[in-house]
Amino acid sequence: MLTLTVDGKEIQAKKGTTLLKACLDNDIYIPNLCYIDGIEETAASCRLCFVEIEGEEKPVTSCTVPVKASLKVKTDTPAVRRLQKTALRLLLSVHHVDCKNCPANKKCALQDMAKFLKVGLKPGHLQHCLKEPEIDTSHPCLDYYTNRCVLCGKCIQVCLTHNGQPEITFARRGFNTVVSFFGTAKNEKDSCDECIRCVDICPVGALVLKSSP
Amino acid sequence: MIADLSADEEKILNDVKIRLAKYGKERGQLIPILQMIQDKLAYLPHITMEMVAQHLDIPPSEVFGVATFYNQFRFNPPGRNPVKVCLGTACHVRGGDIILENFERKLEIKEGETTSDKEFSIERVACVGCCALAPVTLIGETVHGNMAPSKVEGLVMRVQIEKEMKEREKQKNESGQ
Ligand code: SF4
Ligand code: SF4
Ligand code: FES
Ligand code: FES
Repeated sequence: MLTLTVDGKEIQAKKGTTLLKACLDNDIYIPNLCYIDGIEETAASCRLCFVEIEGEEKPVTSCTVPVKASLKVKTDTPAVRRLQKTALRLLLSVHHVDCKNCPANKKCALQDMAKFLKVGLKPGHLQHCLKEPEIDTSHPCLDYYTNRCVLCGKCIQVCLTHNGQPEITFARRGFNTVVSFFGTAKNEKDSCDECIRCVDICPVGALVLKSSP
Repeated sequence: MIADLSADEEKILNDVKIRLAKYGKERGQLIPILQMIQDKLAYLPHITMEMVAQHLDIPPSEVFGVATFYNQFRFNPPGRNPVKVCLGTACHVRGGDIILENFERKLEIKEGETTSDKEFSIERVACVGCCALAPVTLIGETVHGNMAPSKVEGLVMRVQIEKEMKEREKQKNESGQ
């Protein structure tokens, strides 16, 4: 066990864990979207989990920092909050906010973060930019809601870890990036039906089981 | 999603299979292979991406992910009259995106797609080399400069009328013989 200081409080963490996990385990919330507990290789793509560490010039992503003894960490400096708020606002600017009709309502990472960072869910001064089509229904048992997806990549990562080769993938690029099923063949119906790890890991309501006909 | 291949395409596909075998199995071959296929077939049918995945021993989803990343690859066969809307710098500044939108609305397809009668397809290109005429659109090989939204309807109609005239002429010739 190592001892480090976070926001003036001493916490204990096992060697080898990331700073993000150590904080979360000790009830210190740090906004995050792309980190998966138990998967070593983190994409560090959401750029939300910033903290400041004494001795480091700039804020760093806590999901990529292994814990070290005597680290002195601050999770709520103005620089950190500014980065996080901006990242969240950018995500919301490409998000179709319609929580009432969303299965993730009340258990949604975006809602939690918005509340925590005191950012409104409505896009504010940024241009609102949505993709078409709104829903990809090409998979035999899953539906994908393009404008709910935060592109965290967790669904692809768990599919890869579980199945050895991912059935889903990022397609296109830039604003047009989506998670795609690559016209998944019918035979995936059974294996996906039994797995649905991607649905479980999705931090928002972007991947959902097809509602039974 | 798997499109039916025409007999011609089927033939070329077999040719592609033979060529594919000559490529190495390193990941770095992925893009050269995709380019070769598009060169032969003018687009990347679903089934070819699966063939490539098998050849390189990588998931088909990965081939798809890479292919969709690049603008140069298309996933629908081009129409008989490919509409290429220039969105290079000059054309962009002069409202090329509005021209693109107008074609999309008129033909009821999106960029990268083909109409169901295979008559038109729309794609965006970057500078066709006559910026002085911006905004520019190519229909087939014909350059249309100083495009305006109001010209879109007329151009589409012209292609349709020309086609009808050709057909009528053909009929006349046939009945005349
Ligand atoms: S994903 Fe979250 S923020 Fe988006 S509509 Fe659903 S509940 Fe609301
Ligand atoms: S579908 Fe969900 S898990 Fe997958 S990238 Fe989008 S938000 Fe992340
Ligand atoms: S959780 Fe660290 S960058 Fe996404
Ligand atoms: S930018 Fe369109 S022709 Fe040069």
